[in-house]
Amino acid sequence: MNKPSDLKGLVLDPVTNDQRYIGVSEPRHSARRLLEGQGTYIDDIKLPRMAHVVYWRSPLAHMKIGKIHIEHARKMPGVLAVVDGVQMAKICKPWVATLGHLVGMKSAPQYALAIDRACWQGEPVVAVVAETRAQAEDALQHIDVEWEELPAVVSMETALDPATPLIHPELGDNLCFSRTLDVGQVDEAFANADVVAEATFGFGRHTGVTLEPRCQIADYNPGDKRLTVYHSQQAPHMMQDLYCRQFDLSESDVHVLCKDVGGSFGIKVHAYPDDFATVGLAIMLERPVKFVADRLESFTSDIHAREHRIKGRIAANKAGDILGFEIDDLTAIGPYSMFPRTSAIEGNQVVNLVGGPYKHQHYRANLNVVFQNKTPTCQYRGVGHPIACAVTEGLVDLAAQKLKMDPLEFRKRNVIPDDAYPCSGASGIKLEVLSHEQCLRKIEKMMDYPTLRKEQAELRKKGIYRGIGFATLIELTNPSPAFYGVGGARIASQDGASARLDPSGVVSILIGVGEQGQGTEGIFAQIAADVVGISIKEVRIVTGDTDVTPYGGGTWASRGAGVGGEAVLLACQALQVNILKLAGAILKRDPVDLVVHRSHVLDKATGEQLLPFSEIGRIGYFRTDTLPAGFSADLMVTRHYTQKDYPFIFTNGVQASYVEVDPDTGFVKLLKHWAVEDCGRVLNPMLVDEQVRGAIVQGIGGALFEECLYDDSGLLRNGSMADYLVPMANEMPDIEVAHVETPTQSSKLGAKGAGEAGTAGAPGAVMNAINDALAPFDVTVFDQPITGEKILRALGKI
Amino acid sequence: MSLKKKITLTVNGVEVTAEVEPRMHLVDFLREELHLKGPHLGCEQGACGACTVKVDGQIIRGCLYLAVQANGSVVETVEGLTKSGALADLQESFMRHNAMQCGFCSSGMLLAASELVEQQPKASREEVREWISGNYCRCTGYHAIVDAIVAVLDARAKGQKIKPVVANA
Repeated sequence: MNKPSDLKGLVLDPVTNDQRYIGVSEPRHSARRLLEGQGTYIDDIKLPRMAHVVYWRSPLAHMKIGKIHIEHARKMPGVLAVVDGVQMAKICKPWVATLGHLVGMKSAPQYALAIDRACWQGEPVVAVVAETRAQAEDALQHIDVEWEELPAVVSMETALDPATPLIHPELGDNLCFSRTLDVGQVDEAFANADVVAEATFGFGRHTGVTLEPRCQIADYNPGDKRLTVYHSQQAPHMMQDLYCRQFDLSESDVHVLCKDVGGSFGIKVHAYPDDFATVGLAIMLERPVKFVADRLESFTSDIHAREHRIKGRIAANKAGDILGFEIDDLTAIGPYSMFPRTSAIEGNQVVNLVGGPYKHQHYRANLNVVFQNKTPTCQYRGVGHPIACAVTEGLVDLAAQKLKMDPLEFRKRNVIPDDAYPCSGASGIKLEVLSHEQCLRKIEKMMDYPTLRKEQAELRKKGIYRGIGFATLIELTNPSPAFYGVGGARIASQDGASARLDPSGVVSILIGVGEQGQGTEGIFAQIAADVVGISIKEVRIVTGDTDVTPYGGGTWASRGAGVGGEAVLLACQALQVNILKLAGAILKRDPVDLVVHRSHVLDKATGEQLLPFSEIGRIGYFRTDTLPAGFSADLMVTRHYTQKDYPFIFTNGVQASYVEVDPDTGFVKLLKHWAVEDCGRVLNPMLVDEQVRGAIVQGIGGALFEECLYDDSGLLRNGSMADYLVPMANEMPDIEVAHVETPTQSSKLGAKGAGEAGTAGAPGAVMNAINDALAPFDVTVFDQPITGEKILRALGKI
Repeated sequence: MSLKKKITLTVNGVEVTAEVEPRMHLVDFLREELHLKGPHLGCEQGACGACTVKVDGQIIRGCLYLAVQANGSVVETVEGLTKSGALADLQESFMRHNAMQCGFCSSGMLLAASELVEQQPKASREEVREWISGNYCRCTGYHAIVDAIVAVLDARAKGQKIKPVVANA
C-alpha cells in the first residue's frame, strides 16, 4: 500500500542531510535581471547582417492560391528576398503530424509556406525579407496574390456531414481521429441507476496569448554549414531534431538556443510552419533572419485549443454512489494536425480523464476529432484536463443536486479513497498515489465551508445570489515515453543534467529543461545546492542550449520539476561522490570516512574541516600530476532520468470558487478562490503557489472571458488584445493555496508536476459556482466562456 | 524617402539627439536606436502595457507615442529607474513575493506600480488591483504582484524600506 499515512515519514524526511533550500521559499535570484530590464528575449538580440522577415498570410479561411505577383514588392527599398511555397519546398520537406499509438489518426501533408491552397486565415503563404522590419512591412503591402475563395468548413457540428466539402479530399473525410472506450455494462448501469443526470457542455476556442509573441532568429553559416536558431521555445532538442529532419541536416549541424522566454504555456512547444520558413530563408540567404509575430499574427497563427462540445451523463444510486459516466466528445482542430505532437492528444486526454477522481466502475466515451478551416489547435496548458474536469464536476454537481446531497459530501463519498492506491481509474489510467480525501478535508477547513453556506443562504434572502463551486481534479505529470516516444514522435521524455565543480569551488548545472518563468532555474539551484552541499550563491544553472546541455525533452506535461529536478539530483549526488573520491586521493584517506558539508570536505568521525571545494577544484584541474596514477578527477558528471514506473505520475487537488452573480446584468464577480494541491514534495512553496494561481487565472480566462470568435466564413473576429479578453488584475480574486504532500515513489526527489493543475480545475469550479448561484432560478449554464449574455439568456431575460 | 526629423530628448539622464522617421514609435526608438531593451512590445496597440515608459514624469504607452512627440522631453525607462534606485523597493518586493514569472510584463508593471506608490500611497488592495489593470500579466495570478505592491505601500507608510533580497548562504 502506498497510502499517504504510510508515507508520512518520507514526506517529512529531507532529501539531504543538510537541507537548506529544498522546500523553502527561496527567491529566484536569477530573475532579478528581468526586474531590471536586463533579460534577453529574442527581439532583444541583434546579429550582424541580420535581416527581418514578415509573412503574407492567407486572408481567407480556405482559398486556392493563384499567381503570386512579387515584382513590385521585390523592388521596394531594402528588400532582400520574396519567397513562395514552391521555392521553400525545394529545401524544406512537408510533414504529416500523426502518432502511431493514436490508431487510425490521419492528417495531410503541410508545407512551410502554403502551396496551391491555404487552409486557414493566417496560414503563411509568401515570405518577404528586408534589411529592416519596417522595410519588410512596407514591401508586404505590395505582394499581390490572386486567389479563388473555396468553401470553408467552419462548424464542427457539420464537418462530417456528407454534404460538407472535404478539406483534404485525399483523406476521404474530415475526420482526423476517433476513439471509443467502453469498459462494459454501461447501459445496464444507467438503466439500473436511481438517478441519471445529463448535460451538454461547450468549450470555446481559446489561445495562450503569451505576452512575448512567438519569435526566432535563424542563422546559417555557409562556412561550417551550420544552422543556429535562437528561439522562444520550450523544447530546444525537439526543434533541433525537426530542423534536422525537414532540412536533411544532422544534430551536429543544428544549434538551438533558448534565452529568456516571455511566456509559453504550450504555445511555444509546437513547430509552426513559419519556424521552418524562417530557417529556410536563413539557409537560402546565408545570413541571420529574425521573425517576430505581431499580435494579429499571434491570434491567427499561434495554436488555439479547446473547441469541444461534449454530451455527458452520470449515473448514481440513492445511497449517493456514482455508478458511471458516459461522454460523447466532438472537437475540431483546424485543417492540419499540428507538428509534431499532433492535435488529437487533447481529445484523447478528455477520454482518459473524465471521471478521473472517482471510484465508479462504468465508463463509456466516444470521441470525434474533425478538421475545419480555422487556426490549428494543439496542446495548450492543461491539455484536455480543464475540459474533462469541468464535464466531470458539472455532472457530479447535477447528480448531487438530484440526490439532494451536499456537493462536498457527495465528492467525499465518491473519490477514490486515499488508502486504495496504487490502482486504476475506470478509463484504465494508472494512479500511483493520490490524496483526494485529505485535500477535500483541507479545503473544507480553509474556506470555512459551513460559514460560507450560511452566508450564502442569508444573502439569498436579500436578493444577493452567491454560489460555491468545487472541482476535484487529477493531473498527469512526469510523463514516461508512453506519451510521445511510443507513438514515433522524437520527443524525449527523459532528461539529462550535468553537474560540474568549477576550479574555484562553485557548481555549474547544465540541463535540458529550460526556464519560461516557472522558476525552473530557481528550483534546480535549490536542489543542486542541497545535494552537492554548497551555498545557492555558488550555483549557476545553464539551460536552453543544445550545444551545451545534455539531451532532454524540455518543458511540457508538467515535467520540469519532477523529471528535470530528479536529473539534477542524480547528477549532483554523483558529483558529490566524485568530490569525495578526489578528496580521498588528495588526503590519502578512504572516501567513506569523509563527508561534504557546505563547500568543505570534513572528517566524518570528527567533523574537522579537511579541504575546501576551492582546493579540490585547484588540484582536480591544475595539479592532477599530484594524484595517484590512473586516478581521474571527473569533476563533471552527467546523469539522465526517465520516469518509467507509470505512464504518467498523476497528481491531484481540489479547487473551490465563490462567486456572486447579478441576475439583472449577468455579471459574475469572483469573490474568492481556494486551491489545495498535491504535487508531491513541494520544492519551493512561494514559486509553486503563484504558479498554481497563474494557472487558475488562465483557467478562469477560458471559463469567463476568452474565446476566439469566428464569423460564418471562418474569419477571426477578435484578433487583438483589446477584443480578445484575458483576465486583468481587478477582475481576479485573491487565491488561497495550500498543499498536501504525497511524494511519488518513482523518484528520489518525490516531486510531481504542478504547472497545469490550476488551469485544469478552475473552469469547473467557477462554472459550478455560477450554477450554484443560479440554482434559485432553476437554470444552468454549461457553455464556456460563461458570459453575462449567456447567463441572461439562461434566465430568460434576453 | 527621407522624411526624418531631428529630435533632442533626455533619456535616463543623458541628452540624446537623433534623426528619426516620423512614424517611429518611442518604444522602437528606445529599443532599436538606443538599445534599451527593458520596455517590451506585447501588442503594439496600447492594450498590454509591456512597453510602459515615463515621459516627463508620467507613464505612457511607448507603442502609442511617437518618438517625435518626445522631442524636448525627459524619458525614463526601467534601466534608468533601476540605476537611480527609484524602483528599488518595488524590485526587492517583487523578488520577495515572486511577483514575476517570465518577466516580459515586469518593466511595465513596475513603472505602473511606482506611479501608484507616488500618487496613491494609501491605496487599498482593491485599488492596487484596479491601478495595475492596464498591465497584462499572463503568468502570475496577479496575487503576488498585488502582495508585492501592498508590501511597499505598508513599508512606506511606516517610513521603512524593503530589505534587499540576499541569497541564504
